Amino acid sequence: MENHLTVKLGEKKDRKGPVIFSEYKRGDAIRKALSMSREDILFELKDSKLKGRGGAGFLTSTKWMLTAAAKAEKKFIICNADEGEPGTFKDRVLLMEYPELVFDGMVVGGYTIGAQLGIVYLRGEYEYLLKPLEDYLEEMRKGNLLGKNILGKEGFDFEIKIVLGSGAYVCGEETALIESLEGHRGEPRNRPPYPINTGFLGRPTSVNNVETLAAVSHIVVKGGKWFAKYGTDKSSGSKLFSVSGDCERPGVYELPWGTKVSELLELVGAKNAKAVQIGGASGHCIPKPQFEKTLAYEDIPTGGSVMIFNDNRDMLKVLKNFMEFFVDESCGQCTPCRIGNVKLLEGVEMIEKGNYTFAHINKLKDLGRTMQLASKCGLGQSSPNPFISILENFKDEIFNRGNGGRNGR
Amino acid sequence: MLVVEKNALSEEIESYVEKYGNDRSALLMILHEIQKKHRHISEFAQQEVARLLNIHPVEVYSVISFFAFLNTNPKGRNLVRICQTISCDMKGKKQVVEAIERELGIKIGETTKDNKFTVEYANCLGLCDMGPAMAINDQVFVNLTPEKAVELLAKVK
Ligand SMILES: Cc1cc2nc3c(=O)[nH]c(=O)nc-3n(C[C@H](O)[C@H](O)[C@H](O)COP(=O)(O)O)c2cc1C
Ligand code: SF4
Ligand code: FES
Repeated sequence: MENHLTVKLGEKKDRKGPVIFSEYKRGDAIRKALSMSREDILFELKDSKLKGRGGAGFLTSTKWMLTAAAKAEKKFIICNADEGEPGTFKDRVLLMEYPELVFDGMVVGGYTIGAQLGIVYLRGEYEYLLKPLEDYLEEMRKGNLLGKNILGKEGFDFEIKIVLGSGAYVCGEETALIESLEGHRGEPRNRPPYPINTGFLGRPTSVNNVETLAAVSHIVVKGGKWFAKYGTDKSSGSKLFSVSGDCERPGVYELPWGTKVSELLELVGAKNAKAVQIGGASGHCIPKPQFEKTLAYEDIPTGGSVMIFNDNRDMLKVLKNFMEFFVDESCGQCTPCRIGNVKLLEGVEMIEKGNYTFAHINKLKDLGRTMQLASKCGLGQSSPNPFISILENFKDEIFNRGNGGRNGR
Repeated sequence: MLVVEKNALSEEIESYVEKYGNDRSALLMILHEIQKKHRHISEFAQQEVARLLNIHPVEVYSVISFFAFLNTNPKGRNLVRICQTISCDMKGKKQVVEAIERELGIKIGETTKDNKFTVEYANCLGLCDMGPAMAINDQVFVNLTPEKAVELLAKVK
């Protein structure tokens, strides 16, 4: 088996999917968009009901409409390629295999909101993609898909540059991302104001996830109604899922919203799954009795990380791994998150050693609920999720373990 | 540091400033370039960056200290980062780490005596479907076994 991950940008694996992985040629969306008015593009987006794929699920049409309406000399569009949520790698696959979708989406965004510059914030862990992506941008410049008067459209100048992150999960949060782009510590800002009016360098800025931009390219070419045919009423279109853990065929899958967890498990060959962590470390852990639930904003909303655990896995160990992650990645700016995650991790370690009281564990769950309310950004607001959901859904396994080992072993 | 070395470093940093700009929003990429080349950002380099961007050196230090991939003390010539997150953990990250520790005679977090390797844990590298995964400098390696991992390190110069 090849161990070195080599990058041939744009070379596609055999992938199937109704929307994102459907037919598309580089430049199509740009060409189409430039023949439309900005309002018409916004209408198509509105019809599509596309929601942001970075986790928060904000309507993309609304975000772009507000950024377009903001009055300013300069505006920016940022492609959030910080992809740090444990268990997520679909943005890497999109950038490696479908760069045309992502970059074309950025150009369309620049045109729609009136930005002159697009910035890709690429996580430092993906540095091996930097050079190939820059080469790709150079090709786009040669084809006049970037630069001045793009495709002959008088007055539409747009450039894209790539900035590397440097190993901080919290920088995926849009205001922390902007702080770090401005040359500061990547600490989240208070919101409001929102980036749509006070973003990069204080200018109106639309921050969009990689997958959101890829979806935009298809929507512009094929129409908002076409996109909304897939998925459910409240969750339109399809979603990329990054599947890892105990299954025969891990990888990236495109499925319509509304797919049942059990259907996904079947598809990826997950036998004996007892738990699925959906949404990464900051998501929720779903036990077997809930596998008939659906992946959708109205049921289980998710940025697409799916980690599968079979019967033999120790869920307390899983929880510990997640809490270690949050202790590592908390930016330390606010107390609930800085102290809270350490306390929750200590709680897990107490259970591990069999040295705990239920009174204390219940207090920690309360602390978790306080963190969800009082933390400044999404990191501290969601880091208690696995603590609460794993201890609740796997309490028999976890609290019957006895001293010093799983189930007394 | 020798004067010639200082001059060379100043020139190098000036070239980064030329490439990325002399305003503060160029800081992250400039630090990245210095880190990549020298495997740390020395006090002198920090002062130079601060001077060229017209900010206080403390501001530069404060940004460096925030980011996991930036550091002020030199590391080994090659940086090995092994993913410690759960999907890689379940695929046998522990065995890979132990093999590397045995082979290099160091513990994770340490640097070999010949300064050739620093070995660290990293959080999820976004290669979870191909775990265990590790990065050697800016290249990534997947589907590791303890044997394979050690073999790959042996090939590094
Ligand atoms: C701790 C934290 C990490 C985040 N990481 C990412 C990320 O890696 N990629 C991303 O697109 N959004 C991430 N987000 C969400 C962003 O703040 C933002 O909502 C998103 O980029 C908006 O794009 P969208 O509307 O296309 O989803 C993160 C949020 C938080 C709180
Ligand atoms: S919640 Fe955590 S990561 Fe977010 S600002 Fe507070 S300390 Fe920083
Ligand atoms: S869990 Fe190791 S790369 Fe994601």
